[in-house]
Amino acid sequence: MASIAIRGVKKNYAKTQVVHGVDLDFASGEFVVILGPSGCGKSTLLRMIAGLEEISDGTIAIDGTVVNKLEPRERGCAMVFQNYALYPHMSVAQNIGYSLKVAGVPSAERAQRVQAVARVLELEHLLDRKPMALSGGQRQRVAMGRAMIREPKVFLFDEPLSNLDAKLRVQMRSEIRKLHRRLSATSVFVTHDQVEAMTLADRLVVMNGGRVEQVGTPAEVYSRPASRFVATFVGAPAMNMLEGTVTLDGLSLLGGSRKLNVSRTGVPVGAKVAVGIRPEAVRMVAPGTPGALAATVDLIEELGAGRAVYVDLDGAPFSVVTSEIVHSEPGSTIGLQFAEADLHFFSSETGGRLDVFKASVPEPVL
Amino acid sequence: MVERTPILNFFTHLILFVGFVFCVAPFVIVAIAASHNLKDVNDVPMSLLPGSDFWVNIRTAWTTADLGPKLLNSFIMAFGVAAGKVIISALTAFSIVYFRYPGRMLMFWLIFITLMLPLEVRIVPTYAVVANVLEPYQAIMDLTGLSWLIEKVSGVQVSLSLGLLNSYSGLILPLVATATGTFLYRQFFLTVPDELTEAARMDGAGALRFFVDILLPLSRNNMAALGTIMFLWAWNQYLWPLLITTDQSHAMAVTELKQLIPNVGGAPEWHIAMAGTLIVMLPPLIVVVLMQRWFVRGLIATEK
Repeated sequence: MASIAIRGVKKNYAKTQVVHGVDLDFASGEFVVILGPSGCGKSTLLRMIAGLEEISDGTIAIDGTVVNKLEPRERGCAMVFQNYALYPHMSVAQNIGYSLKVAGVPSAERAQRVQAVARVLELEHLLDRKPMALSGGQRQRVAMGRAMIREPKVFLFDEPLSNLDAKLRVQMRSEIRKLHRRLSATSVFVTHDQVEAMTLADRLVVMNGGRVEQVGTPAEVYSRPASRFVATFVGAPAMNMLEGTVTLDGLSLLGGSRKLNVSRTGVPVGAKVAVGIRPEAVRMVAPGTPGALAATVDLIEELGAGRAVYVDLDGAPFSVVTSEIVHSEPGSTIGLQFAEADLHFFSSETGGRLDVFKASVPEPVL
Repeated sequence: MVERTPILNFFTHLILFVGFVFCVAPFVIVAIAASHNLKDVNDVPMSLLPGSDFWVNIRTAWTTADLGPKLLNSFIMAFGVAAGKVIISALTAFSIVYFRYPGRMLMFWLIFITLMLPLEVRIVPTYAVVANVLEPYQAIMDLTGLSWLIEKVSGVQVSLSLGLLNSYSGLILPLVATATGTFLYRQFFLTVPDELTEAARMDGAGALRFFVDILLPLSRNNMAALGTIMFLWAWNQYLWPLLITTDQSHAMAVTELKQLIPNVGGAPEWHIAMAGTLIVMLPPLIVVVLMQRWFVRGLIATEK
């Protein structure tokens, strides 16, 4: 159990900076997921917490102790790697018990603790096997056992599920979650998979280009994305974005073919904004329904529980997710309706969220 | 690429067979010659049917050249070189691959350059160094005036001397210090995933611990391959042992074979010489047969 405080942390490789000043606080016992596309610096940040990467600037403190200069073993962190990184020449028991062996724990106690960990992870019957003789999921569990046995203050997960097949991933996901509930150690989990992130996280950190874009609960991040990047990165299919310009009486969208009646405060006329709406928040109605936008159906994807409908809205791509049966054929015209409360506004220049608009449903310009 | 037709099969086997005959024929002739008596071995052409004196000749060769202690000497030297090479190569490659320190590339290239300077090329200076290992230090002290200073101050004349001629260390050390093994290990270490290194660091293992617990067990096959090659190479050394062993007690089996070769004017005892050759050939053959499995695995890439 430990809290982590990250203050102004930067990382440079030679002349390129990959992490540009990150400030984060993880509470004790929290399950934090760092989500971002590849190359956003999330793994680098995790490795700096672990002590595998030097911190170029700023400080990282675990339980109030600045750990910048400490060796990984002195930080009380355990890490689960993407490729498991099991020692190929050691048996499962030796792999799990290696850190204890290094620490000089007597072999009787070691065997006992390996047994205990193996019981939790249901690895008891595999203890004598070599990693090569294990399946992906079993290797993953051994890697977790190796981290657990040290009873670390902090668990670090570096995309540990990305090498597993889809079904196993779901299963391991819930196992990790259960494990966390049981051990309640502070956990930091890095992933680029938003489903993993949403389901696992107590708190979600979304990173992009070496910066933190948003910190919040998964629900907060989904319902109030702090930036255009977060809005389009979280959620699938991605949030629809319509480019617009602020006019005297509202917003002109899609090159002027639609307008949106909004009252604004503090945004100058002519400013570029993006209006976002989640595909799930759009309703499909019969064409010609009052207040509905007309669009042409391009493609319908059957998702089983629902359907993703890709439509063309005055030349702009737009997607709708609906649980209703879609009767329209590609090429036909449908109507789209949505509630004002579901609209998100972002500055086109900075990408930041704008909460200065009060929107009403867009009307066709007559 | 893999085509299977009876004709092609026949030809590939034919080629293999011809190659095999070319390789083995000299050994067969040596073995046959070793079984003849003095008269038969000097017949022209020599009969290719084995004679009956094989064991007699072996015994004669053994006693004439006093091969027992010579084989032991050879074994000590070859084993020493092989072991030394394996250890030194693993350590140097570990340093080059896993540590970032100033002058690392310089070290790398210095080691690389030794590939271009085999023992035969630098044999005279190497001999001088082995004759007195401390000679270079003496020279440095003389040049810097340090020995003069010491003599003035304490009245002691500095004269460093540590000779390694006619000793096992003199035989072994100069052969150990080359780069081939370092590169074999370097290539292997580069294939070890970084995550393994990091996992070991997270587990609290320091550099040496990682080396001993993880890297060495993983490079077992490499060790076997390198050890085998170096054993053979050291066993077959001729020039160096000949140069620095003047004392019979440190003579090598390979160099002592010369004693069995008939002198001008002596009896042409080629059957004895051939028998001696067979004996000297045997130990490397045994090593290769024993190590073959590991050896091949170590040279063909890494296992999955």
